[in-house]
Amino acid sequence: MLRDITLGQYYPIDSPVHRLDPRIKILLTMAFIVCVFLVGSPLGYLPIAAYLAWATWMARLPAKMMLRSMRPLRILLIFTFVLNLFFGTGDTELLRLGFIRVTQEGLYNAIHFSLRLIFLVIGSSLLTLTTPPVTLTDGLESLVSPLKVIKFPAHEMAMMMTIALRFIPTLAEEADKIMKAQSARGADFTSGSLKQRAQALIPLLVPLFVSAFRRAGDLAMAMESRCYRGGEGRTRLHVLKTGRKDWLAVASIAVLYAVVLLMARYV
Amino acid sequence: MTQPHLSLQNVTYTYEENGPEAVSDFSLDVGRGEFVALLGHNGSGKSTVAKLLNGLYTPTGGNVLVAGMDTQDSQYTWEIRKRCGMVFQNPDNQIVATVVREDVAFGLENLGVPSEDMPAIIDRALSAVNMADFADRAPHMLSGGQKQRIAIAGILAMQPEIIVLDEATAMLDPSGREEVLETALRLNREQGITVVWITHFMEEAARSSRVAVMYKGKLVMDGTPREVFSQVDLVREYRLDVPPMTRLAHMLRERGLDVRPDALTIPEMRQEVKRLAHHA
Ligand SMILES: Nc1ncnc2c1ncn2[C@@H]1O[C@H](COP(=O)(O)OP(=O)(O)OP(=O)(O)O)[C@@H](O)[C@H]1O
Ligand SMILES: [Mg+2]
Repeated sequence: MLRDITLGQYYPIDSPVHRLDPRIKILLTMAFIVCVFLVGSPLGYLPIAAYLAWATWMARLPAKMMLRSMRPLRILLIFTFVLNLFFGTGDTELLRLGFIRVTQEGLYNAIHFSLRLIFLVIGSSLLTLTTPPVTLTDGLESLVSPLKVIKFPAHEMAMMMTIALRFIPTLAEEADKIMKAQSARGADFTSGSLKQRAQALIPLLVPLFVSAFRRAGDLAMAMESRCYRGGEGRTRLHVLKTGRKDWLAVASIAVLYAVVLLMARYV
Repeated sequence: MTQPHLSLQNVTYTYEENGPEAVSDFSLDVGRGEFVALLGHNGSGKSTVAKLLNGLYTPTGGNVLVAGMDTQDSQYTWEIRKRCGMVFQNPDNQIVATVVREDVAFGLENLGVPSEDMPAIIDRALSAVNMADFADRAPHMLSGGQKQRIAIAGILAMQPEIIVLDEATAMLDPSGREEVLETALRLNREQGITVVWITHFMEEAARSSRVAVMYKGKLVMDGTPREVFSQVDLVREYRLDVPPMTRLAHMLRERGLDVRPDALTIPEMRQEVKRLAHHA
């Protein structure tokens, strides 16, 4: 295991974007997503692209990191493009191959929706590339904590996510160990039909579940021994602080909104 | 007379109603600053006693007092857990956070310690277990001995008076075991922390100042390591072994050699052998 899998997509360097308050970053990402939906024409994506390029530069992320985040979605992207291109409505025919026809509107939509998807993905990976999952969890906890008045378990949810992150490597290691032990006894996890492979997983999953439950019991005892009693009256080592750089980031998104809205109206 | 630091008074505990007694009529007083090794074969009730000591379990009968506070009195629960820290056997199952520093902070966060006070306390706790250089590491990348020392640091941060270690070395390699035992002995010596050290390793028990032996939920032997281990036959009756050097002394005596029956350590044994050679 070369990379620490609990870091997820996180790209561990230091930059002004990495240092932003996670709450602000989450809100900005949401605002950015809304902004992308406000764009009315392919040309309107120009300011969006410029903004992302600027943010990437500020975050000191290599451009290829950003492009790589597109990879898992390439199939969806191709689908979006092809479906819009070939099965678009509209009358101005550009091309006809048997029953397939490409209209001007279809082409327009294909470009429009593909660009939208691209910018949505890149925008949200900017958040996950510059924020470790644990910090993201802290930010989310703080953002949803007003919902505590309607009994929403904000703290419990965040604690669950933190513990899940903490135990992913432990359980992964254990799964690996069990798998090796079972393979040594002749179990085969890699060949056979889907059904056979699913069945081969049972001797892996059963001990894994048993151990996970035992770990959960142990952990609960250990947490109680260390005076854990829920979120009430709890302080935090890392206090989330909103500073000047955060307000500057908010200002930058406001400018983006202004430009996008103006372009939607006049271009 | 000064009050004992930990006091178990005729304690009985059953896991199920009318079930067998996991701990039965168990009485033990531990003074401030003592280092007590609690021994017993599998299932003799050691872990149950440990969990009774910080109120994770409350006794079915009798009383458990921690610094004079009764564990059954729920107003003391958190004060007792703050004063009496617990280290468990499996290092992986007691670390909560994904970064060492944050894990040490966990107890402080629960106690509501102000955020600005935490870094200094955490640094001090990590230095006390010689893990200061690992503050920003991920716990799952550390060795077992290091993980256990992180667990001890997490407890030290809460400034406890008592630490109970329930087979904290059972899953470690010999060097990890030595690291953890050495840490506990040093904290006992330098900071006067009372330690209850539960173990299956007799050579670890030999280094404590007092040994208590459990058998079927009862306290059956209590004394200095020398007093307890010199009664080789009795110790064996309780399905335990004696430290290697005591065993050797016993074997030599059975063959008619006049070595002292309570030798515990290698230097002591070396001296005895020298003495015999001199006489011969
Ligand atoms: N959660 C439980 N529910 C029911 N019975 C239990 C439970 N935990 C322990 N026991 C029983 O209580 C008795 C004492 O167990 P305990 O775990 O305290 O022993 P131990 O001395 O710590 O053993 P070991 O050396 O194996 O750790 C045993 O007979 C055990 O079967
Ligand atoms: Mg035990």
